[in-house]
Amino acid sequence: MKILVAVKRVIDYNVQIRVKSDHSGVETDNVKMSMNPPDENALEEALKLKDSGVASEVVVISIGKEKSQDTIRSAMAMGADRGILIKTEDSIEPLGIAKLLKKIVEKEQPDMILLGKQSIDDDSNQTGQMLSALLGWPQGCFISKLGVSDKKISVSREIDEGLEYLEIQLPAVVTCDLRLNEPRFASLPNIMKAKKKPLEILEIESMEVDISPRVKYLKVEEPPTRQRGVMVTDVKELIQKLKYEAKVI
Amino acid sequence: MSVLVIAEHNNKFLKSSTLNAVKAALEINKNIHILVCGFNNDEVAKQASTIEGVTKILQVNDIAIEHQLAEQVSQLIVEISKNYSHILAPSTTFGKNLMPRAAAVLDVSQISDISAIISADTFIRPIYAGNAIATVQSSDPIKFITIRPTSFEPVESFGGNASVESIPLKLEEIKTKFIKREESQSERPELGSARIVISGGRGLESADNFKLLNEIADKLNAAVGASRAAVDAGYVGNESQVGQTGKMVAPDLYIAVGISGAIQHLAGMKESKIIVAINKDEEAPIFGIADYGLKADLFEALPEISKELDLLNNIVK
Repeated sequence: MKILVAVKRVIDYNVQIRVKSDHSGVETDNVKMSMNPPDENALEEALKLKDSGVASEVVVISIGKEKSQDTIRSAMAMGADRGILIKTEDSIEPLGIAKLLKKIVEKEQPDMILLGKQSIDDDSNQTGQMLSALLGWPQGCFISKLGVSDKKISVSREIDEGLEYLEIQLPAVVTCDLRLNEPRFASLPNIMKAKKKPLEILEIESMEVDISPRVKYLKVEEPPTRQRGVMVTDVKELIQKLKYEAKVI
Repeated sequence: MSVLVIAEHNNKFLKSSTLNAVKAALEINKNIHILVCGFNNDEVAKQASTIEGVTKILQVNDIAIEHQLAEQVSQLIVEISKNYSHILAPSTTFGKNLMPRAAAVLDVSQISDISAIISADTFIRPIYAGNAIATVQSSDPIKFITIRPTSFEPVESFGGNASVESIPLKLEEIKTKFIKREESQSERPELGSARIVISGGRGLESADNFKLLNEIADKLNAAVGASRAAVDAGYVGNESQVGQTGKMVAPDLYIAVGISGAIQHLAGMKESKIIVAINKDEEAPIFGIADYGLKADLFEALPEISKELDLLNNIVK
């Protein structure tokens, strides 16, 4: 089985982001960047399937700036076999990303595509579902468990009410929740080895896909800040305040 | 042109998130239709027809679509989309799962999780876990939108008198088989729409200790939530998670117990009207956004709160 994993380079989840003073977006210069956290879970799941002999090859793809090579190299250091970067300076909407991924899928013919359920920068939660629709493949989204048997997968999906279990025929698109697994760390020898693994770089223009933006960002602002309130000395005072000051209980 | 809202329901009753979505729809247009698809869902169609401001219900009642899988519902949406300028669903796991699928087929960019409507093509949505607020304008001929339920007050579930039109089901076969759903059973209010939420974090130390929260929740008629750390540790189920990758809540009162306040958690609750933080670490970031902070050992504070609430209830009675 061949697995394709899509990963995105985003501002590290520990960074307190800053909105640009001209309101054109969020500051990314000199900011620590990392692999989008749920994409790491997607990759880990693919690597586990390779470790257990179910998957024969794990190909990782990213779409973004030149620097996204770093993200692909870390994926290869974790164990992915090879990488593909579609290079672009622009920020591409999930619909455009899904169309680009579809092109790669048609060429690579994987049995399964794993992605994170959302990226922590624009929080759209769209790409996997869109890719699945464009391919006409079934989808298993927000999963926290994956079982693979011949030509079929069984997943448990995290839904607002609890869990939903599905059985899905391959090929399929799967989007992963953070609870799916614990991503591994890359060892130093594997980081060295990853430098020699093949990384194909494609120019976005060569993909011949309509990625024209449909959504214009008019402005990006800071959210209203909440004022720090007061510290109460004990439970009695807290309850009194909630009852007679805030009047919420 | 009209606005279509995709109803969220379980074939028995309409979920309150649908009322939030109708509220958003009414800000765009006064002609609102609701799609109710499922099986044995007459009662849901009836409930939808009485929602304030709704003009027409499109009902699909067929055993083939009983579980409302994304692969199916998206086909129906695509099928009827040409009649609508906007298609809205709540940004719950239900809406998130199916809306992008329909949007992609129509070559439309979806606008996820909007918190306000500026005009028919311009919307506000939080990005970066709510640490930045974007104003975005869509140029697509149909707008596919998921709305953040806590940002739109629910409309009344009565007062409307919409007609119910049955639409036939023509679906392509799908490759996904529904096995089962495990829903948490609770008598308490729904986490997403509760007036009071009390949430526990890693500080609770065990699943068993959540009983301390449950006891208070019952006295306050509150829902019980959790941080991701507490869910990951197995103290409570995933349906309780509040935060960037869990649920968004904005109750009148949010009580965070033993939660340090990672930005990913704050993303899910910082729109709450009153926030209370109880933590033994006075440096915990949660205190930075709390209206009332209490530095205390939660294992002492929680039983005391429970006792104080009893006293309060006795005085009121």
